[in-house]
Amino acid sequence: MPILTVNKLTKSFGGLMAVSNVNMELEQGELVGLIGPNGAGKTTVFNLLTGIYPPTSGYITLYRNKKEEHIQGLKPYVICEKGIARTFQNIRLFKDLTVLDNVRIAMNKNSGYGLFSSFFHITRSYKNYEKEILEKSIELLRILKLDHKKDELAKNLPYGEQRQLEIIRALATNPCILLLDEPAAGMNPAETAQLTEMIGWIRENFKLTILLIEHDMSLVMKICERIYVLDYGMVIAEGTPDEIKSNKRVIEAYLGEEMGNA
Amino acid sequence: MEKFVKTSSKNVRWKASAVKWIVLILFYAIIQVLISTYIINDYIFSTFVTVCINIILAVSLNLITGFTGQFSLGHAGFMSIGAYTCALITLRYSTQFGFIGGLLLGAVLAAIVGIFVGLPTLRLKGDYLAIATLGMAEIIKILFRNVLEDITNGAAGLSGIPQFVNWTWLFIFTAGTVALISNFINSSHGRACISVREDEIAAEAMGINSTKYKVMAFVTGAFFAGIAGAIYSSYFYFISPDLFGFMKSIDILVIVVLGGMGSISGSVLSAIVLALISTYLQSFPELRMVIYGVLLILIMLFRPQGIMGSRELSLSDMKKWVQGIRRKNGGIA
Amino acid sequence: MEQFLQQLINGISLGSIYALMALGYTMVYGIIKLINFAHGDVYMLGAYIGYFCMTFLKLGFFPSLLISMIVCAILGVTIEKIAYKPLRDATRISVLITAIGVSLFLEYGTMFFVKPDPRSYPPLTGFLAESYSIGNLVIRAKQILIICITVILMVLLQFIVKKTRIGKAMRAVSLDRDAAQLMGISVDRTISFTFLIGSALAGAAGILVGIYYNSINPLMGMMPGLKAFVAAVFGGIGIIPGAMIGGYFIGLVEVMVSGYGNSMYRDAVVFAILIIILIVKPSGLLGKETREKV
Repeated sequence: MPILTVNKLTKSFGGLMAVSNVNMELEQGELVGLIGPNGAGKTTVFNLLTGIYPPTSGYITLYRNKKEEHIQGLKPYVICEKGIARTFQNIRLFKDLTVLDNVRIAMNKNSGYGLFSSFFHITRSYKNYEKEILEKSIELLRILKLDHKKDELAKNLPYGEQRQLEIIRALATNPCILLLDEPAAGMNPAETAQLTEMIGWIRENFKLTILLIEHDMSLVMKICERIYVLDYGMVIAEGTPDEIKSNKRVIEAYLGEEMGNA
Repeated sequence: MEKFVKTSSKNVRWKASAVKWIVLILFYAIIQVLISTYIINDYIFSTFVTVCINIILAVSLNLITGFTGQFSLGHAGFMSIGAYTCALITLRYSTQFGFIGGLLLGAVLAAIVGIFVGLPTLRLKGDYLAIATLGMAEIIKILFRNVLEDITNGAAGLSGIPQFVNWTWLFIFTAGTVALISNFINSSHGRACISVREDEIAAEAMGINSTKYKVMAFVTGAFFAGIAGAIYSSYFYFISPDLFGFMKSIDILVIVVLGGMGSISGSVLSAIVLALISTYLQSFPELRMVIYGVLLILIMLFRPQGIMGSRELSLSDMKKWVQGIRRKNGGIA
Repeated sequence: MEQFLQQLINGISLGSIYALMALGYTMVYGIIKLINFAHGDVYMLGAYIGYFCMTFLKLGFFPSLLISMIVCAILGVTIEKIAYKPLRDATRISVLITAIGVSLFLEYGTMFFVKPDPRSYPPLTGFLAESYSIGNLVIRAKQILIICITVILMVLLQFIVKKTRIGKAMRAVSLDRDAAQLMGISVDRTISFTFLIGSALAGAAGILVGIYYNSINPLMGMMPGLKAFVAAVFGGIGIIPGAMIGGYFIGLVEVMVSGYGNSMYRDAVVFAILIIILIVKPSGLLGKETREKV
């Protein structure tokens, strides 16, 4: 049973069909790419998956704990609780907060104390949970090699590390599916190589299923096991990197001749 | 917002905590002595009361506007609910119990109204929300002035409200408000509120129900504003609906903006500063408002983060300040 | 029935005032997304300038109207240059706070100089002081004047916006400031012009109110300013015909509530309309929903 199924997903804004009858499937543990020209509707698909807005029609089904569940139209924080986390195309960190706080906030799900404890810090539950969240956050940062900057304000981080922090923050929500929206945007080849390694690593170590939007083909072709190609809101091709590279429609719409022959 | 994490060791934390408690108790005791020996007379004490009420109002508004990013121009409305409730109850039951009961009931009622003010935030943002909160506060004012005229004596106001506020109560409620709201900020709920301010969409994507926390901020802010209102009516023994209009909300906003939206110590500092300015300019009320207006413009143009920005005054800051002075005066420190 | 017609006429007169002010709010919001809190105070200053012209300079109504509009126009442009322009890229809250600051400055600055006591406009002479009766219905010449001037100004405004280059520039800048700039439009000048027109209209509204209700005071701009804003939101903020419709709607509602209900509640009703609109359809009657790009 695929962990995530998308069925005839459609979204129109007024008269504009941003996403049209998209079908997708993700198996547990897969690393799948979503590519296509600008404006093809890739981020819209992400937004639909994460509940930013409801679809015009179609279904999104999550399979977890041996149960199927329709999640289209649910609010973003509910979908996050169900295990889907994401990063954003234009970085949306909590800029005026520290690296550590960015991560701690994402661990909110684990917070197990009520309002009374928030006002009066004397309760055991407050002390225990704060300690736990703190330790887990620092540990997560340590594993992903950003703990040396934990007290730095997020806005002061170099660009590459900001993107890295967004991913770490998403991981802090303890997801089973991770959606990455152009994580390599604006990165030089060295940074992109590092990122590629990181994505593979977190997929292994956090047992994630990853769906990745990217324009950088070196990353996509290297790391993705399967790729969906979107154009004008519709899936025009689906397959392994090799299949996609030689797909005529894809070459025409997006990749161009050179890539096709690469 | 620099240091959320008390990364210092347990011993240092205990020391800092102990110092805070000692300073607080000393401060309370000293003032109490000064009052009992009439060195602090009624006039000076009334300034204390004004400052403390403004501290409570500013810190509670800061929670809504500075920390959660919801621009509220109707804070005086919450204050009026606390004021009228407490006044009406103490006029009936003129005892300490009546006072505390009235105060708490007023705060709770204000908090309930806070739910209704907070819910529209689901659909409204930024300046639209500001105007909506303004409108709601005006409606509350009209409620007290016209609809409930029989109970509240309408525009003429309520007078002869028994005075129950003394330094002890004042200190407890002011210090308590500052402490409780500080604690809230440094909890997971507080952090969630701040994330809503920083980037609501990202916060939602990270599992935070932004509406829940916005309403939480409004309810909490309203609760403490209600307390401030109750203290007001229980000291200044006269209240009328016009005292709690748009101008009062602006007054509180100026304190928060000057101190720094997102800094509790900033609100405390600026409440003191502005109270002093107000007292100084008492005979020139128009001039005071002109200065407030110019102040708002200048702050927004040249230092929008206010005095403290979103930082808090810490012991290390004060140490540095003292060291800085020593260095200036003594040459080599 | 006659009561109703009477209220209708009163409502349309009041609505004209609100419409003139609402236009200023809506144009400024449309172009720089600012709720110009100080707009009601420009209106107040218009009333005072008119008062000054007619009482001390002994000028007639029409010259006073012109002077009032011109001075207010200059005032509006000045405020924009000093207080709003430096904050053009700041958060909307920052500009809103600044606008509140300007409003306080104007209100209490005026109060400081002219004292808070209300002043009365000198009585009008000539045909403007007349009233006409049709049965039990009374139509005062002042009301006809207000309605006529408002209509003329609104037609003029429509002409400027639809048929002139600067009007086109205004529409362009309010749709997409950066694109307009790239097309060679001077954004600064366009914004200044918007404030100029909006403030002139507010000034006109001020002096019209002065001759209609006769009494003016430094804080007279606050309530009408807020209500005119409600009118602008009701019709669709940023949309000029919306402001006109909204203005008349709010004027009529207010007069009807006063006339048939309790005049105590008329402010509450207007605010209730605001809250309902903001919750049900924030983009207003004629507005379109816009989406934030994620």
